[in-house]
Amino acid sequence: MAVYYDTLIVGTGHAGTQLAVSLHNGGYTGTVGLVGSETELPYERPPLSKGYMSGEQDDDEILIRSQSFWDESGIDLRLGEEVTEVDAGSSTTTTRGGEHIGFGTLVWAAGGTARRIPVPGSNLRGVRSLRTIADARLLRHSANSVRRLAVIGGGYIGLEAAAKFTELGVQVTVVEALPRLLARVTGQEISDYIAQLHENHGVRIILNSGVEEITGSKGHVTGVRLASGEHVPADLVLVGIGLIPSCRTLQEAGAAVDNGIVTDAFCHSTLPNIYAIGDCANTPSKYAQTGRVRLESVQNATDQAKTVAAAILGDARPYTAPPWFWSHQYDTKIQTAGLQTGHETTIIRGNPAESRFSVIYLKENEVLAVDAVNMMRDYVQGRNLVERGARIDANLAKDPDVPLKDTVVNTAHSAVIPA
Amino acid sequence: MPTVRFTTPQGDVKEIGASDGENLMKIAVQNGLPGIEGECGGEMNCATCHVYITEPWKSRMRSASVDENDLLEFDDKVCADSRLGCQVKVTAALDGMDVAIP
Repeated sequence: MAVYYDTLIVGTGHAGTQLAVSLHNGGYTGTVGLVGSETELPYERPPLSKGYMSGEQDDDEILIRSQSFWDESGIDLRLGEEVTEVDAGSSTTTTRGGEHIGFGTLVWAAGGTARRIPVPGSNLRGVRSLRTIADARLLRHSANSVRRLAVIGGGYIGLEAAAKFTELGVQVTVVEALPRLLARVTGQEISDYIAQLHENHGVRIILNSGVEEITGSKGHVTGVRLASGEHVPADLVLVGIGLIPSCRTLQEAGAAVDNGIVTDAFCHSTLPNIYAIGDCANTPSKYAQTGRVRLESVQNATDQAKTVAAAILGDARPYTAPPWFWSHQYDTKIQTAGLQTGHETTIIRGNPAESRFSVIYLKENEVLAVDAVNMMRDYVQGRNLVERGARIDANLAKDPDVPLKDTVVNTAHSAVIPA
Repeated sequence: MPTVRFTTPQGDVKEIGASDGENLMKIAVQNGLPGIEGECGGEMNCATCHVYITEPWKSRMRSASVDENDLLEFDDKVCADSRLGCQVKVTAALDGMDVAIP
C-alpha cells in the first residue's frame, strides 16, 4: 500500500517546520509527513549569514526543534527526499526516488534556491552561494584561509556575510549592479547609510557595476571582472543575487504561478486541497500597494504556516500579519516593519551620523513602512502603526523626541465602517 | 543543572532542567510549552516569548533593557513583571526560579 498522510508538508524550512509544530501543538489528530530535500534537522536560516557562519553559534543552537521533539511528536520527518511530481487529481506525489506519497492536504513550503549568476566562471571552485546550512559550513570553513572575498550582489545576505568576513579580518569588496545597495527592499537613506557603514569598516563598495566574468586559475576562482574592465582579485566569491522560488513542480501540476505560487488570503493555491506558504508563495496583502506580494522572511514563513495550521484545524482565518524583518551588520541592527514599495515621501527621525535613526515611509501620510537603525522604539511603534494603517502628522513626526504613536491622526484598518 | 518552574497559560506547572546560560525562550520552545514561540530566534524583534517573573527571582537578575521594555510595551498583557524570555539566561543563582507564561 502506498504511503499516505492526512497532511503532507513539502519543505523543512521555517514555513514547513512551523506548520508541523503548529499542527502538533494544536492537537491535530491526522497523520503528518514533513518531507525535505536537505538531510539536516530543520534549522533557523537567519543565523547562517550571521553568528553561525562566523562560528559564534553551533549546530545545536540553531535547530528549530531538537531531535527529541521529532522523535516524540509523531510527525514523520522525512529528510533527504525531494518531491518531484504532484498529481492533484489523485492527491499523490512522487519523490525523486520514485516513491509515491498520497495526501489529504498538501502544503507546498519548498522555499527556493539561490540564483546563479549567468557569467563565465560561475562553476569555479570558490564560487559560493548562501542558502542552506551546507553552504554556510563551506563558507565557515573557508573563512580562515581566505584573504579576499568578493560579494556579488548588495542584498541583505551578501551584506551580512560581508560584515562577518570583515570582522574575521578578510578584505571584502561588494559589487552591486544597481546604483545603490538593498535597492529592492529599502529606500535611499538606508542604502546610503549601509554603504557608509561598510566603508567605515574597510569594505570596498562598487555600485552601478555589472559582472562580466568570474576569473579563475587551475579551476579555482581568482577574482571578478567588472563591466568597466576592472579586475577585483578574490580567492572566494559569494553570489548573493536573490532566490528563485521553487514553484515548478506545482506549476506542472496545474497551479497558477506568478512570481510565486498564487494563493488566496488563506494561503490556498488554485489547486484543490493544496496550500503554498513561505518564500515560494504569492499572497494577497493589504500591506502591498499592488495588493499581492511574495516575501522572503521568517515572519512571513511563520505566520503563513500558522494561517494554514488554523485552516487545517478547522478555524480558518485570513493571513493579515504585518511584515517585519531584521538584519545585523557589525554592531548595527536594522529592523523593518511594513513594505516601503510605493511610498511617496519619507521622514528621517534622528541622525544617521549617530547610527541611531529611523526612516518612515509614507503615502498620503499613511505609514507604509519603517526602517529603524538601532532604534527599537520606532520599530515597535512603527510596526503597530503599519498594522493599523495609521495616518500621522508628518511635521510632528519629524521630531524624534515625539514618540511615533503620539503622531497618529487616524487609522484606516480599525476605522468604523457605517452600516 | 538549574531547574525552572514554568506555569503555563492553562495553569499547569512544569519543572524543567536547563543548561547553565540557556535562555528561557529556548528552554520553553524546546520543551514545547504553550504560549512561547520565539519567532525571531531571540533577536528581539517579535515579543513572542513574553513571560512574567516575580520576586524573589526578579531582583536576582539584570533588569530589562530599554529596548526590551520598548518591545514589550505593545503586548496586551504587559505588566511590571514582564520580560522577554530570550533575554533571561538561567544561571545557578536562578535555580528553582518561577516563570509564568501569560
